[in-house]
Amino acid sequence: MRLSEHSYRTVTSLAGPILFLENVRDAKIGEVVNVKTGEGRNIEGEVLSIDRGKVLIEVYGESQGLDLGHTSVVFTDSVKKIPLSRDIVGRSFNGSFEPIDGLPVYIPDRYEAITGVPINPASRSGPEESIITGLSVIDGLNTLVKGQKLPVFSASGLPSREVVAFILKHATTLAAEKNFMVIFAALGLSFHDYSFYMETLQQMASGYTAFITMADDPVMERLLAPRYALTVAEYLAFEHDMDVLVIMTDMTNYCDALREIATARKELPGRRGYPGYMYSDLASLYERAGRVNGKSGSVTMLPVLTMPEDDITHPIPDLTGYITEGQIVLSRELHQKSIFPPVDALPCLSRLMNSGIGKGKTREDHRIVANLLYKYYAKGRKLRKLEAIIGREGLSSDDRVMLDFADGFEKHFIHQGEKPRDIFQTLDEGRNILAQFSLDRP
Amino acid sequence: MSGKITGISGPVVTTDMQGLKLNEKVSVGCGKLTGEAIRIEKAQAVIQVYEDTRGVGLHEPVTATGMPLHVRLGPGMLSEMYDGLQRPLERLLAKQGPFLIAGKEVDVLDYSRTWKHVSLKSEGDTLLQGEFFGYVEEGSFRHYLAYHTSSQSSRGDGKRPSKRRIASIKEGAFTLGEPLGMLDDGTEFFAWHDWPVRIPKPFKKKATSNEPLITGQRSIDLMFPIARGGTAVMPGGFGTGKTVLEQSIAKYADVDIVIYVGCGERGNEMADLIEEFRVLSDPWASKPLMERTVLVVNTSNMPVAAREASIYTAVTIAEYYRDMGFHVLLLADSLSRWAEAMREISASLEEMPGEEGYPTYLSSRLAGFFERAGVVETISGQNGSLTMILSVSPAGADFTEPVTQACLRATGASLILDTSLAYSRHYPAINWNQSYSLYTTELSGYFKEKVAEQWPALQIRCREILQKEESLKEVIEIIGVSGLQDDDRLLITIAEKIRTELLSQNAFSDDAFSPPEKTFSIMERIIRFYDMAESRLKNGEPLEDVLKEGGITV
Repeated sequence: MRLSEHSYRTVTSLAGPILFLENVRDAKIGEVVNVKTGEGRNIEGEVLSIDRGKVLIEVYGESQGLDLGHTSVVFTDSVKKIPLSRDIVGRSFNGSFEPIDGLPVYIPDRYEAITGVPINPASRSGPEESIITGLSVIDGLNTLVKGQKLPVFSASGLPSREVVAFILKHATTLAAEKNFMVIFAALGLSFHDYSFYMETLQQMASGYTAFITMADDPVMERLLAPRYALTVAEYLAFEHDMDVLVIMTDMTNYCDALREIATARKELPGRRGYPGYMYSDLASLYERAGRVNGKSGSVTMLPVLTMPEDDITHPIPDLTGYITEGQIVLSRELHQKSIFPPVDALPCLSRLMNSGIGKGKTREDHRIVANLLYKYYAKGRKLRKLEAIIGREGLSSDDRVMLDFADGFEKHFIHQGEKPRDIFQTLDEGRNILAQFSLDRP
Repeated sequence: MSGKITGISGPVVTTDMQGLKLNEKVSVGCGKLTGEAIRIEKAQAVIQVYEDTRGVGLHEPVTATGMPLHVRLGPGMLSEMYDGLQRPLERLLAKQGPFLIAGKEVDVLDYSRTWKHVSLKSEGDTLLQGEFFGYVEEGSFRHYLAYHTSSQSSRGDGKRPSKRRIASIKEGAFTLGEPLGMLDDGTEFFAWHDWPVRIPKPFKKKATSNEPLITGQRSIDLMFPIARGGTAVMPGGFGTGKTVLEQSIAKYADVDIVIYVGCGERGNEMADLIEEFRVLSDPWASKPLMERTVLVVNTSNMPVAAREASIYTAVTIAEYYRDMGFHVLLLADSLSRWAEAMREISASLEEMPGEEGYPTYLSSRLAGFFERAGVVETISGQNGSLTMILSVSPAGADFTEPVTQACLRATGASLILDTSLAYSRHYPAINWNQSYSLYTTELSGYFKEKVAEQWPALQIRCREILQKEESLKEVIEIIGVSGLQDDDRLLITIAEKIRTELLSQNAFSDDAFSPPEKTFSIMERIIRFYDMAESRLKNGEPLEDVLKEGGITV
């Protein structure tokens, strides 16, 4: 603890969000600083590295207008913290943690550092109950389980926005006593998307908290907003026993911001220019999902990302897939067939699904129905390729049934338009389709 | 000896402290974070910190411990879960709650537990470095206690003779805090000793092995067997089932002790694994799996530098049990995360990067690590083995990346996990065309003798069938299955049987563990049917009738 606040005017270089300061006597890594411009504007920043008296600072806000002579930097002796209270439910904030709903900030219960502390693996409790999104292809085939992190891989031009809005509106738990809420972190939104999401938030059934950064906000805020969201989520989950679903969109904007900042820091670029520590950085977000022994709350995560060039091996989806517990993949082909949600079931996976379904959790036949649907759909999809070469006539009658099943499955099970289905409707729909083609017995 | 912090950048701290030794363990800052000296210059030293440095400030103290980064080896490690620096996570949980706060120290071993010592030596006997002086019973294992000078000397003078006489030795109940005896030079010895993680434990000599490590996975034991003391890697993109396969092997492998390293992977998976291991029992010894397992866990959100250390911590613990004459299996998931941790640290040290930013010492470090596997004759004359099965997560499922390539060069078996097999839900998704094992010929003698005379012959036939199927696939894509000759259609059917009944195995059913006898009988049944069908086809019977006999409809 320092007894006096100290302030410096020894800035020696400025580059984008990066600022070098000399002759600093005392500083801590991660310490928050207040940078004051000549005109008296105040910007927050953070200490990134220290080399004797030389300190490297990264500012969170707009760095335009900073200069060498007049800029002063005040050290606060504290890492970045945000105020927490149960009253945060129902509120919306921007990337600087300022309310954007016109109301004043609540009275904080306490302050917490936004970087979080890793959960001791020994205290994690295994996945058990599921979260119902209202989408059959997720709930039925790739069930989202409390404490899981399940990303949505989208591509430009695909309706990831509508999928997110659907889940925002309809997500719920199966528990009788609802303690469920959604935290929505939007990273780098265009105004068009912003108005769409704002409208969606008004229609939400469950409680929510939103953190919105716009496309023209400083990029640093895209790195902060997910951390605000998760710090709030951990607080509500582990201190107020809530089941919190954190939806973050679009993680591609997050990763690009990370790359931009890394380059400004003159760091060595890795694959496609993204920094080598991107895996660890993404993990420091995604791994905050989980459940803890002895607490009834949970943090579940649904990050959404756009695969550049539809390439699933691009570093962003690739590293995400290595950290998260499965993936939901959107498909251009299904979208062109006007199927909503256009989820390609085959590359999708929910690693924790088995623990969240079955008797007493969803329904006894859940696993069997999911397996049968998967099996026949995979067969049908394989036959489609063959059909393209040798024509439908060249196929056996059994094979033709499989082809028709694949079409029916897409049209009736995956496609559901605007209408949410509960888990029983989803499973019944699956059984109906199987019965229709007399495939309901293995 | 102490100094002050003069600079911090990520996990790397510089200090003005002098007189440090390379790789010496140091305590950094007011929070007493663990670090290791990795570069020493005249006026300053560079320290790699194994914990989150956030909040550490300039001028905070740095203290030397006089020891290299080490693990404490002694009774009570089985069924423990450690982090990468060998901190016991369960006792840490009891002390500080569900979140990991940096800088908290907890004793590595449980000093409150009482053990019963049975000594093998008596007063006046000589005691050599690394020799056993007694044992305790740990669960169902006889845990031998070895004498190592490093347990007492902090800053070793290097001149101490390694041969000493025992002045006194204690029998019966003791706790780990008490010395078990004294040597004639007045030094005490304990049931535990410390060992630097980066130095392999000594042994008398290394041997080659003609014995397989039975994993219970048909596609491994049959197609790509792994020798005891061997090394195998499993490269695979995400979603190909690396973790499930590693965990299945951890459950069913025919070994005494399993060391499982969760290196930069998911926390929920570890939670799942622990719950399962407490319930499931070892198929070879019918006792809870946890009793033969040590977990070393550094999930992806725990500090990067500790991830680098975790692999060494684990292999040193593995060698410790090997030296008691046990068969030890080290499973690591995943080696790529380890390599990436090395890359991150190398970048923060501003070293010249090699391929894809990895340091140029990547392949020599990997090869050096693999060399710690093997079958050895221990100092006390027993035979122990350390086998490694390690998963690799190539970026973008691109097997040409440096970590996969360096692993392929240095290991004995490579089980390539295939994304397209995983998408079609064929698990374990081991690609039978690209994978290989250099141990196949050495081990065929064992399978011939212990399982079945025909094992190698039938295995070769399975391979041939799968290979022929591969070449026929191209034809099928043009003319369809119905355009094939009858004998080729039969081959396709048999190949499918081999793939679905022999090579694929559901990790969540009763079939998860398949002893070699079962593997052989499935294989034999398929091949016998093939021979029968082939000869009837030759006699002019229609294919449909032949297949119906085998319960197959076309």
